[in-house]
Amino acid sequence: MPDRYDVLVVGAGPAGLAAARTAAAHGARVGLLDAQPRPGGQVWRHDVRRKAPRAARDAIGKLQGVDVLASHSVVAIESSALRVETPQGGQLVAYGSLILATGARELLLPFPGWTLPGVTGAGGLQALTKQGWPVAGKRVVIAGSGPLLLAAADTLRKHGAHVLGIYEQAPAASVHAFAGQLRHWPARAAQAIGLRLRLAAVPYHFGSFVRRAHGSDTVQRVDIDTPTGTQTVECDLLGVGYGLVPNTELAQLLGCTMDYPGPHPHVGVDRLLRTSVGSVYAAGEAGGIGGLAVARLEGVMAGHVATGHSMAAHALLPQRDRERRFGTLLARHFALHPRLHTLADKDTLVCRCEDVTLGELEGFSDARAAKLATRCGMGACQGRICGTALAELGRFPRSGARPPIFPARLATLAGLTTLPSDDAYRGS
Amino acid sequence: MSAPVKLNVNGLPVEVPAGASVAAAVAQLTLQFRRSVSAEQRAPLCGMGVCFECRVQVNGVTHVRACMTPVSEGMQVITDA
Repeated sequence: MPDRYDVLVVGAGPAGLAAARTAAAHGARVGLLDAQPRPGGQVWRHDVRRKAPRAARDAIGKLQGVDVLASHSVVAIESSALRVETPQGGQLVAYGSLILATGARELLLPFPGWTLPGVTGAGGLQALTKQGWPVAGKRVVIAGSGPLLLAAADTLRKHGAHVLGIYEQAPAASVHAFAGQLRHWPARAAQAIGLRLRLAAVPYHFGSFVRRAHGSDTVQRVDIDTPTGTQTVECDLLGVGYGLVPNTELAQLLGCTMDYPGPHPHVGVDRLLRTSVGSVYAAGEAGGIGGLAVARLEGVMAGHVATGHSMAAHALLPQRDRERRFGTLLARHFALHPRLHTLADKDTLVCRCEDVTLGELEGFSDARAAKLATRCGMGACQGRICGTALAELGRFPRSGARPPIFPARLATLAGLTTLPSDDAYRGS
Repeated sequence: MSAPVKLNVNGLPVEVPAGASVAAAVAQLTLQFRRSVSAEQRAPLCGMGVCFECRVQVNGVTHVRACMTPVSEGMQVITDA
């Protein structure tokens, strides 16, 4: 039997949690769905060994009147409804208004050795660690760009890892200029100082990036370019991520207009977070990388607007605009150096699902043509990793989203409400 | 903290904290999660359900993302399936 919500929120991170809570407080019937098994999103991901921050506990704990639909992956859209897949089977969830709080993922760039087990994203390694990934006593290199590297290193150390160093691609002058601007955002400054103090024993290198990872079965050492030459560092784990890109696949499937401030799209919204599609709103990172404070404010705003309380949303605009400026500052000071576009050589796998090298993609200027000829982007991740990387590298933009936006079982697509296991198909 | 969860990875017993992911349980034993189309060994990359590098077989169901699946008592996990 299809469920119908007045307001359906996709993504249970800070933006989605705030949106759901706000809409419910206005008396709406609210559903909050997320592909992950627990609410919190990436920044408030549950840590098996540590207590959640107070803001996360508050946001997750105060969801009265909200149906939390965990482990629900959206795979397709229907008329004012989403086709979702759960471990139990497929389902149709209908809505009056839809709030997209789909967050962001890490920008992962190909380099020789990046497919070795033990090489992960930086935020990726943090996420894995929070869920019990064994890191105690392991030698870890954290690299890439942005403040997330510090947060990842902090989590790793709290779980007993030996973090050998943090390698930031942005030059020292740029990072110091960023730190100087933090005084305009006192809460963020306090957070940054706390992180730096906790990481005082971890060297923080600037203008440095991982050029190559070596190892047989798993990563064993990495070559790092620094302003003073190449260093080789022996390690057990390498976490490398180049910042964040918005998750826009569902918005694209819905036909929402995208904005392209650079190579990666974000959902286009007006001052009240309305997308180009009626009754569809976008809050937080989906509408452009802005960070936690933006996500929480825009979540509240979207919850107001989706229930017809635009004035309350308007009142939050000055605060929201101020926090959005922080995102602009981040993007400027941690802009990726063009030399990162040349890390992959012709033998480096770019598409990890179909094992397509950069060399095989020579001569293609369009994602679809490349896919038809090489299978690049045709695998399970549907180009989320390689398509985003190729867009960043200036090869060609990622092609638009088509259903299903995540791999789904045929039973889900056929609209069945119960899902037989694979054993049933094998007749065992 | 609640009692640890006992499960089985490739026929071997593994114990992890309650709330841990299948990915964390597999990593206690091996970093070989799946085999790529050209037979390379792969392990989790993104940690958040996007890259599909962590796919394993869980209780007979193939292509389950280990990073997004919480462990449960007695679970049977097979890598490189």
